[in-house]
Amino acid sequence: MPDTLDRTIRFGSNSGQPMTRRDGIAKVTGAATFTADNTPDNVLHAVYVPATIARGRVTSLDVAAAEAHPGVTHVLTPANRPHLHGDPEAKPTMFSFRIEVLQDDTVRYAGQPVAMVLGETLEAATEGARLLAPTYEMAPPRVDLDRAEPYDVEPGGFGRPTGASHGDIDAGHRAAVKSVDVTYSTAPQYHNAMETHAIVAAWDGDKLHLDVPTQALSMSCAAYASFFDIPVENVTINSPYLGGGFGSKAVPIGPNILAILAARMTGRPVKLMLTRQQMFGPTGHRGATRQRLRLGIDEDASLTVIDHDSLSETSSFDDFHEPAAGASQGLYAAGALRSVHRGARLDIGTPGAMRAPGEASGSAALECAMDEMAEAAGMDPLEFRLKNYAETEPGTGRPYSSKALRDCYLQGAERFGWAGRPLAPRQMRDENGLLTGWGMGTALFPCPMFMAEARATLRADGSALFETSAVDMGQGALTALAQIAADSLGLPVDNVEFRAGHSSLPDGGVAGGSGHTATAGGALHAAGSDVIRQLGEMAAADPASPLHGAGNASFVARHGRLYVDGDDSRSEPFADILSRAGGADLVGSGSASRPPETAAQYAMYSHGAVFAEVKVDPDLCQVQVTRLVGAFAAGRIINPKLADSQLLGGLIWGISFALHEEAHHDPVTGRIVNADFAGYHVPVNADVRGLEVLTVHEDDPHVNLLGIKGVGEIGIVGTVGAIGNAIWHATGHRIRRFPIRIEDLLKA
Amino acid sequence: MTDKTKITLTVNGTGHAIDVAPRKTLADALREDCGLTGTHLGCEHGVCGACTITVDGAPVRSCLMFAVQAEGADIRTVEGLANGPDLSPLQQFFIEEHALQCGFCTPGFLMLIDGTLKQSPDITDDELTEILSSNLCRCTGYRNIIRAARRALDHARTTTEPAA
Amino acid sequence: MRPFDFVRPTSVDEALAAWEDGAAWLGGGTNLVDLMKTGAVAPTRLIDLSRLPGMRGIEVLADGSTRIGALVGNSELANDPDFAGNFPMVAEAILSGASGQIRNAATVAGNVMQHPREAWFHGPASDPLAGDTGKLAVLGTDGAPAAVNPSDFCVPLVALGAVVEIVGPDGTRDIPVADLHRMPTADDPRHTTLTPGELILALRLPPEAAGFAAHSRYLKVRDRTSFAFALTSAAACMRIEDGKIAEARLTLGAVAPRPWRVAEAEDLLKGQTPGPEVFATAAELALDGARAVGGNDWKIDLARRTALRALDMAAAGTPAEMPALPASVFGTQRKEPAHA
Repeated sequence: MPDTLDRTIRFGSNSGQPMTRRDGIAKVTGAATFTADNTPDNVLHAVYVPATIARGRVTSLDVAAAEAHPGVTHVLTPANRPHLHGDPEAKPTMFSFRIEVLQDDTVRYAGQPVAMVLGETLEAATEGARLLAPTYEMAPPRVDLDRAEPYDVEPGGFGRPTGASHGDIDAGHRAAVKSVDVTYSTAPQYHNAMETHAIVAAWDGDKLHLDVPTQALSMSCAAYASFFDIPVENVTINSPYLGGGFGSKAVPIGPNILAILAARMTGRPVKLMLTRQQMFGPTGHRGATRQRLRLGIDEDASLTVIDHDSLSETSSFDDFHEPAAGASQGLYAAGALRSVHRGARLDIGTPGAMRAPGEASGSAALECAMDEMAEAAGMDPLEFRLKNYAETEPGTGRPYSSKALRDCYLQGAERFGWAGRPLAPRQMRDENGLLTGWGMGTALFPCPMFMAEARATLRADGSALFETSAVDMGQGALTALAQIAADSLGLPVDNVEFRAGHSSLPDGGVAGGSGHTATAGGALHAAGSDVIRQLGEMAAADPASPLHGAGNASFVARHGRLYVDGDDSRSEPFADILSRAGGADLVGSGSASRPPETAAQYAMYSHGAVFAEVKVDPDLCQVQVTRLVGAFAAGRIINPKLADSQLLGGLIWGISFALHEEAHHDPVTGRIVNADFAGYHVPVNADVRGLEVLTVHEDDPHVNLLGIKGVGEIGIVGTVGAIGNAIWHATGHRIRRFPIRIEDLLKA
Repeated sequence: MTDKTKITLTVNGTGHAIDVAPRKTLADALREDCGLTGTHLGCEHGVCGACTITVDGAPVRSCLMFAVQAEGADIRTVEGLANGPDLSPLQQFFIEEHALQCGFCTPGFLMLIDGTLKQSPDITDDELTEILSSNLCRCTGYRNIIRAARRALDHARTTTEPAA
Repeated sequence: MRPFDFVRPTSVDEALAAWEDGAAWLGGGTNLVDLMKTGAVAPTRLIDLSRLPGMRGIEVLADGSTRIGALVGNSELANDPDFAGNFPMVAEAILSGASGQIRNAATVAGNVMQHPREAWFHGPASDPLAGDTGKLAVLGTDGAPAAVNPSDFCVPLVALGAVVEIVGPDGTRDIPVADLHRMPTADDPRHTTLTPGELILALRLPPEAAGFAAHSRYLKVRDRTSFAFALTSAAACMRIEDGKIAEARLTLGAVAPRPWRVAEAEDLLKGQTPGPEVFATAAELALDGARAVGGNDWKIDLARRTALRALDMAAAGTPAEMPALPASVFGTQRKEPAHA
């Protein structure tokens, strides 16, 4: 495929290749070291006691019983917890959350830490925690979103989403000759990365060393430093591998602060690993929503209005409202467009960003409502979406930086075999008599860029070292970023050493928002370019170099040689240039972020179209997703093997959202009663049949220098609605709650 | 009754004389006392399968066994799959097929597949899917894991040579 | 978890002598260890049965009954060709339960002793109706909220009239599996009728049980394709002679604190020609007296449909090979659905 981008971007033979993971061997041999694999000498094991009520206060803890248990060394309670400099109720930065670190005896959600026990062994600490046997004064918990008092969310950045209103909403409603007015529910979901949260904390004077999985090394260092009143440079974090993150490992959680505090108090390293059950409390979650969608169309089936009102749960003490109604902005051309966010306070842990925050939940409702609108219009769902295709961003009129959604629709439909789908539901059976249905959904995800820095070192032997505190949480950063880095110097990737996952490295930014490859990759590219620039200057000034005197020309790097741009007859190996200059390493640095003017000028999104086939037993109502085809346009794909896997994983998250994940609260205590993997289902292998991902070619000259849009989250986005729509098409039943269960279909 | 017991665990053919309390799980003993941290803990109640090892050839959850129960058994963990620097065919296929992302569930899947293929060399694709439904993965999309397992099975049937 | 001492007797007598108040028998441990981790049970002594001799065999006794030693593994039993050939729905039920690793480690005695999964294990004083009411019993509780018996294995065992051989301080006795499970009460929290200190030696299937092998199915409806507890299940089997049902067995799973065998439905089927109408009547009868709890009326409907389908599948005949997805709606679909 031709590289149509500006050729000064030195893309060589690495990017675009389906290279195997560089961390593959470490991960198949057990050599990859995750946080909990570290057990320093003299370590103390920490276990915290999670509250078993959601609202009230702790009235007693049997500290004596815990302390009497052999092997228990310390019991931390609000009564004896040492001073903490940082205020856990403060929100010093936009990404700060209020946390519980035993500041008092209040319980504000189930699963909140109410005490912590330290022991010489994990077994002793675990039993000590059990022996504390807290008693409570319990207040009636507020855990039912449908009974909560809604309020309008006051916009204020992360967790307090802005609404939008474009055009005359009332006129849009009035102009509709047909309309739908439907409310969809989505359930509370918990990230549940396979690696639970863990930390190993060790103090050396006022220097703090942490092994902790984090999606944001630099930000985490700053947060930990502020809690303990030490300079940020005194905090080092080692986070070479994350066993999944999905948004839950981006901000420090209360239990981590307690472990660090315990380490300082005892003067010994402290290790804490959350249990699976504890992953349903202080670690964030995707908040439940109730979304009302009112859509209208004119005689021509053009949308006159999309009116999206999202009510989402948040905690009683902090704000993170699922930005679900935002999913309706940016996608379909409508005469008028409104997104409203309302919130309700419950006695739950504060929600947070979970893979495709806002878009996943919002799109689930929007894509089903679009299907209902298409049904009302008597149109094929794909035809209806094409009819309302937006050539510029709805509302703002901004041009898209690129948008190959039409190709996604057409290529996805072709591969799936969408043509010939009966319009009416309950028309298809397979050879075994199972009801069969086809549905589709559109996927949209923004392309944010953050800030990142990187360093490139060209060594005298012609090999290179690249460094940035990027994070590999499974997506493959260690591989894809190394490919980008190698290309910036025109080196084979095997000649490049890449260091990441440690806070001592240049700030690699945040692994989140599907923006890590673009941002950290941009910084690496800039660092490599800086090396090339310096190398060119050295060569041009060196009479012994074939490049001597080419100072006004630009240089390109290929295969370990520097060339005068446009003149292949003039080149020289890197090593020769460096060798004549004394053989010292050449160090370059670079950074990346998006210029504000570009951000204002263009609407930037990845797009996709997902097609689903489901089969449903007509009597027993058990559902299986038998096929999913997703076609995605996400700019430049650095490594198709990694990207496909990210997208496939996203599709499965879509199945999980549509059919499985739901936390249930006990109305008496407020506890989550299915807080483990036996009760909280995610798909297993047998739930995943035919999956196919296509990536549609897309050149984007505006989104960032490398043309990368990101693939980490968009896979889940259109999938939920596509499955819901396919279930309707199979059964004729429109289930307006996710997950869709056997009982919903039986009762329909 | 909190006294520790001296036992010997035979892991990947090597004896580990360790001193453990009866309440210590086999998974924790492998990780802490034998220094074999490749066996991961993802749920500690027998559901996720990250801690899968083989005991006398059968894949089992090491989080649901006490170390004292495993004395005398032939225990195999992910660290024993490769022969020195030479990866087993299954390990090699996992890498080639991109059957892993974050890698946390990977050792459990490898041991499940290794044990299953040795126990049931004639297993069908559908049966393999059912067996592999024992373990949870939150990243990959599962299909690559099946593909890697399938290749390992085909490889075992057609050759006794190690994978490239 | 609470410290305990660990003893490993090498004879049944030694094992019985090792029993004390607060002790627990340890078989495969897959259920017990999980419960110990949650704190639901906290034994002070674990008596590891793995070294007991003579408890690992599957044998046909002189009277034609089949005896399964208590320590036989679940996988081992289901994969035994003779056993699976004679009792296909038992094998199918086992293979639809839990996961491969659990089945490898779990013993048959442990399976029948499996604890119900009350949500309120994990904390104090919750509403028993909280969460997934699909897992609450609709039969056998007089409308009181109670968790269902979670075992798949026990459902066909009850259908086939299996018994457990028990040994205790007072000698040996047999208990039909049908009488083994009970609903815990405030006064008596036991979920089985075993008394503390009694030990299961073996399970026994009566001689006539193998007579159903040609028409014998287990069906399990669940909210995930594999590795999930049943929402409803049914074991159905019959002997068909000259086109008529000579004898039928029907037991429902996941609807009561114990497997729910329906003698009235079995009687009704006797002598009938297999067909949708008579099966529908039998399925209707099977749910007689069912009471919804916490709004799970749908479960009664689902259990009826499950019974109907299982009867239909059994009449169609046992498949030549175990389905790849044992007991699954998707592994065992009929050509013509009963209801469109």
